[in-house]
Amino acid sequence: MVELVWLIPALPLFGFLVLLVAGRKLGEPLAGWFATLMCGGAFAASVAVLIGLFNEPEHERQFQQVLFDWLPAGSLKVQLGFLVDPLSITMALFITGVGALIHLYSIGYMHGDPKYSKFFVYMNLFAFSMLMLVLGNNLLVTFLGWEGVGACSYFLISFWFTDEANASAGKKAFVTNRIGDWGFMVATFVAFSATGTITYFANGQNIGLLDEGTIEGLAAVTATAIAALLFFGAVGKSAQLPLYLWLPDAMAGPTPVSALIHAATMVTSGVYLMTRVSPLLAHGYTWLPTTIAVIGALTALFAATVAVAQTDIKRVLAYSTVSQLGYMFLAVGSGAYVAAIFHMVTHAFFKALLFLGSGSVIHGLHGEQDMRKMGGLRKFMPITAVTFIIGWLAIAGIPPFAGFWSKDDILLAAFNKSPALWFVGFVTALLTAFYMSRQVFMVFFGKPNFETAESADHSEHAVQPHESPWTMALPLVVLAGLSIGGGALNLPFSHDTKFLEHWLTPVVEASETTFSIAGTTQTGLAIGTAVLCAAAILVAAQIYLRHKRAPIEPEVLAHAWYYDEAVSAFVAGPGATAFEGAAQFDRGIIDGGVNGVAALVRFGASKLRLAQTGYVRNYALGIAVGAFVLVGLFLTRAGA
Amino acid sequence: MALALELARPTPTWYLLLGALLFTIGAVGLMVRRNPLVMFMCIELMLNAVNLTFVTFAKALDDIGGQAIVFFVLVVAAAEVVVGLGIIVALMRRRPGATADDISTLKG
Repeated sequence: MVELVWLIPALPLFGFLVLLVAGRKLGEPLAGWFATLMCGGAFAASVAVLIGLFNEPEHERQFQQVLFDWLPAGSLKVQLGFLVDPLSITMALFITGVGALIHLYSIGYMHGDPKYSKFFVYMNLFAFSMLMLVLGNNLLVTFLGWEGVGACSYFLISFWFTDEANASAGKKAFVTNRIGDWGFMVATFVAFSATGTITYFANGQNIGLLDEGTIEGLAAVTATAIAALLFFGAVGKSAQLPLYLWLPDAMAGPTPVSALIHAATMVTSGVYLMTRVSPLLAHGYTWLPTTIAVIGALTALFAATVAVAQTDIKRVLAYSTVSQLGYMFLAVGSGAYVAAIFHMVTHAFFKALLFLGSGSVIHGLHGEQDMRKMGGLRKFMPITAVTFIIGWLAIAGIPPFAGFWSKDDILLAAFNKSPALWFVGFVTALLTAFYMSRQVFMVFFGKPNFETAESADHSEHAVQPHESPWTMALPLVVLAGLSIGGGALNLPFSHDTKFLEHWLTPVVEASETTFSIAGTTQTGLAIGTAVLCAAAILVAAQIYLRHKRAPIEPEVLAHAWYYDEAVSAFVAGPGATAFEGAAQFDRGIIDGGVNGVAALVRFGASKLRLAQTGYVRNYALGIAVGAFVLVGLFLTRAGA
Repeated sequence: MALALELARPTPTWYLLLGALLFTIGAVGLMVRRNPLVMFMCIELMLNAVNLTFVTFAKALDDIGGQAIVFFVLVVAAAEVVVGLGIIVALMRRRPGATADDISTLKG
């Protein structure tokens, strides 16, 4: 059944095309249902491919399907093909699964929006691009998806573009991503010039970039260069330091977009890419994985400290996402690719749940996003509250929820790499438990801080929070279930319960770092982290639930360490001067050269056209002379 | 007497000389005259000079191809006459007495 792989991206593409042409005619809610159906169909196809792959023997679980030769150019032969292996199909499963749930949620969330059908056009296009990214069998198809998701992200962040802030947030995301894309492109060029191929694994036509033979023939410096450039691309797409800037602003888009693109799927594509090229990382110099781990750990800590002081319900989650992505890169840098993918999957479950829950809150409060104006919502929105609390416990690392298991795997790998990295991750875990508790207590517990119908004197400002319709509640419940049970994918109790590890072994076995830490140390670290996370929750409860202590929310954290401001100031100040200089160079030297050539041609032509007198006799003379010359030439030549 | 007879015998050379003469008259006329109708006639003269050359060679070389080409030239010339005369008549209606030099608006 692995041959069905083409269906996985084809269904969202079909949905995109149909909605593009007939979206307006279908209208609400048919357009939404159609898009959801396409995404659900892709999920069904993914399941079919998964079953097909599962029936293969462990080391033959790799299948390539080439649709056609895309770019045959000299020795570069790029195919449009798909690569099915445990890694890509795992990605496809949770992209289509979580994606279908978020599509379903959007049917309710986007209710009444004037651009209802257009939203689903973009959503299906996004699903298609993301699936091309993970299923592509070479760097260029992955890059096609990479750019596609970037474009969709731009469209959807600035979806309500009549608001200036939304439009510029979209631009910011796009421009920042382009900086990273440069790394991806150059990496592709380097890979091609060094190995003559950009296909991941050998098939009939091309040799494989990541095949053992190719990797061994590659100089360590080249392997490091390719991996480092790809990592630079991943830093942009996955919002790591120093290019994380766009993600918090990306919350300007509709909440389902934040959940799907900016939490569950697109931002994790950098982690996928690193896992895909892990043989290169393993073959190159060791400073690169260490750098990746350090950047991941610093990003995790940085974003977690910032999340503590945010007041916008979605910005807290945005910084939390940056922080959790940092965890994944910490795992990648530590050589724990399975842990990275495991955390990616569980994070997709609970972060999508949290975002959708926050969307439900915003929906219920008619667009309010300031947490200081919420409170006590659990009475008004029971389903949202219960599911959000499950998501909170999952991300806070409380056993047995999903986040505990995956975070524990990462911290263990970090401990093996360096106790210092482990400590940064550990502090981040405590901060995560703290700021998520703060959010839950501010939003769902305590007294309502908005004017309810009962408390309001002037009733026209009154807000009556309401529970969301079933299309929004159902995805919340399903994702809550997954957030509870997601840890079962990879339980550390014995060798047999590590299902995900067994499943991914054929892909990462050459590059995964194996380590053995004494069982008691492992258990001790896990229990210690969990207990201290629980303590962090209690501290948050003291501050935000019982109000025993004043909140610690320094201005510097609310402003994200002024990093964004510093970058803005640089770009507006010295940066602008430099850009202006570059623009001058462009106008003066480059444009001047081009325009000069054009002026020269124009001057020559103005002289040359005087030869066209318009008198027939002159032309006749020209023809006659020409004929004489030709005949003369022939005659003399014939003699020679 | 014999020389005179010899010279008067219609050899291909005479026909080729006549063709060359007619062609030259036509070519020079085309270059020196201004009247569109006369220039037109000069072109016809050149065409027929070429026709004559074709026929001469066809006869001398015993090759029917030369004569066949003449028919093509005649047909094309007839078509060209229709178009050319049409243009000249239209031109003369708009600007009576115009010469070829007056219609030089396509100059550079």
